Amino acid sequence: MRKLLGISLIVLLSACASQTTQPEVDDLTAGSGAGAGLGGSDLGGAGSGRPGYFSQLNDPNSILSQRSVYYDYDSYSVKGEYRELVLSHARFLRDNASASVILQGNTDDRGSREYNLALGQRRADSVKNMMTLAGARDAQIESVSLGEEKPRAMGQGESVWSQNRRTDILYRGE
Amino acid sequence: MPMSINWFQSIRAAWILLLCLISAYSHAQLNIEIFGGGASRIPVAIVPFADENKLQQSITRVIGDDLQRTGLFRLIDPAGLSPHAPVEVVYGDWVNRGANALVIGRVAAVSGDQVEIQFRLMDVAKKSQLTGLAITVPTSQLRAAAHRIADVIYEALTGDVGVFSTRIAYVLKRGNKYALQVADADGYNAQSIIEYTEPIISPAWSPDGKHLAYVSFENKKPIVYVQTLATRERRAVASFKGSNSAPSWSPDGKRLAVVLTGQGGSQIFLVNADGSGLQRLSRSSGIDTEPNFSPDGRYILFTSDRGGSPQVYRMAVGSSESGNAERLTFEGSYNVSPDYSQDGKSFTFIHRNNGQFNVAVQDIGSRQVQILTNSKFDESPSFAPNGKMILYATEINGHGILSAVSRDGQTRQHLTVQTGDIREPAWGPLPTWK
Repeated sequence: MRKLLGISLIVLLSACASQTTQPEVDDLTAGSGAGAGLGGSDLGGAGSGRPGYFSQLNDPNSILSQRSVYYDYDSYSVKGEYRELVLSHARFLRDNASASVILQGNTDDRGSREYNLALGQRRADSVKNMMTLAGARDAQIESVSLGEEKPRAMGQGESVWSQNRRTDILYRGE
Repeated sequence: MPMSINWFQSIRAAWILLLCLISAYSHAQLNIEIFGGGASRIPVAIVPFADENKLQQSITRVIGDDLQRTGLFRLIDPAGLSPHAPVEVVYGDWVNRGANALVIGRVAAVSGDQVEIQFRLMDVAKKSQLTGLAITVPTSQLRAAAHRIADVIYEALTGDVGVFSTRIAYVLKRGNKYALQVADADGYNAQSIIEYTEPIISPAWSPDGKHLAYVSFENKKPIVYVQTLATRERRAVASFKGSNSAPSWSPDGKRLAVVLTGQGGSQIFLVNADGSGLQRLSRSSGIDTEPNFSPDGRYILFTSDRGGSPQVYRMAVGSSESGNAERLTFEGSYNVSPDYSQDGKSFTFIHRNNGQFNVAVQDIGSRQVQILTNSKFDESPSFAPNGKMILYATEINGHGILSAVSRDGQTRQHLTVQTGDIREPAWGPLPTWK
């Protein structure tokens, strides 16, 4: 009986997955519409065709294909070695007014989940500040935090934690 | 207009997901282990009720487990004696066995699926009945009836409100699936409210116990939702640009304190429970997060790093400027996740010392701090609605489990699940009939 229930649950869940995938994919800013009052911007736009600039963004020979900024322990400032990466994306945003990004800050998993969420936000905000100073428009960038919830590496120890202290740059529509 | 097609699409997607999940039940049961216990426990004998062996669910076992978990009672073995009515009680037998109180009763099928349970709590020294109750329930509600009886016994013997009929909420991570679950306070009857492949954190009970607010990452960023338990209907109440997190209900259930980042930094805002009427509450250049309303609604405790390290602060809700916030914690460089006791006189929080994260309690008036646990990674402490126990998440062998500790630190218990990680517990309010 339990087995049967388990199977039917799996069927239900996979049905869910296939139905929800479509809207989710292209929807980095879902819900931000309601936040327009907070200074906002609607990153929506939802053009049907895929803009040509994605080939440039995904060219492995371009610095634009690099999307992660890593941090020292308990630090939120963008290290010198990631400066060019961040500035390159900033210039790209400045030159492609229709492009927009979501910056996801992340932390390691020590301590309060909500406090870590706030720390991750600080990391994403530091990248956003650098980008807007370099000419990207505020409306092109949404900085958010995933806190400790989406670790890139699992486990304990500095080699794991250092990979989780990062900000990821995601382009809308990718 | 900001009401983009995307927004509607995501709402629709959420609905499809919800419809799919309405019947998702978890069979995970929580087991209870007890450590230590107070020195002066009340000796109670519980005689199996007449004819309860005909039921699928033992009533008296549930009552005994409930009482034992508090650490306030010692169960006396009734072996060999089986009175079910006051006239059958030979008090001398129970005096000899060291029992101060005696629980007796009987069950009887009434009609169809209904069962009547009669119970009496006898004072052994005074040879008289302390209290009693007769309740009729469907067989599916036998555990609930047992919790209610345990509440009556607890209240008669301790003078405090019983919390055995309350519920808890927590997040269960199994594989790459996250489930927001609600269970009875003893961990039974766990039921998934929503399941997803993206993280869920910070569940918060509405004061009437009918809704849960929580943070979901299903749209690539944290968004605060409020979900109605009975209908499973939900809505985003804070879905602004940036991150939205850390919901806490006002005691009247009309508003939520939330943390938003759209105006720079992580700051505390108030929003109506329907998502309208946004109002900024804190104003600092640092992090202000983890708001928690006082039971009278006048104050908010929160975590802030404005002084250089994360500490617990208190601000008045009316003044609307956290510049006037008062720092409450001073010991150590990391004090987070405050949660008020129901009387508003103390709060529980997580205190870091030597790399360990432990549950602590601080008396607001005297500033006295007591550290209640000695584990390594405790998180999310939550007071029981009678202020006698604190539910929290901890880690054993790399797995997240729920634990509870008595307010005085004397009794601890683990509530473990067979597989998966449990985290982010929140103890629900007293049921409305209490």
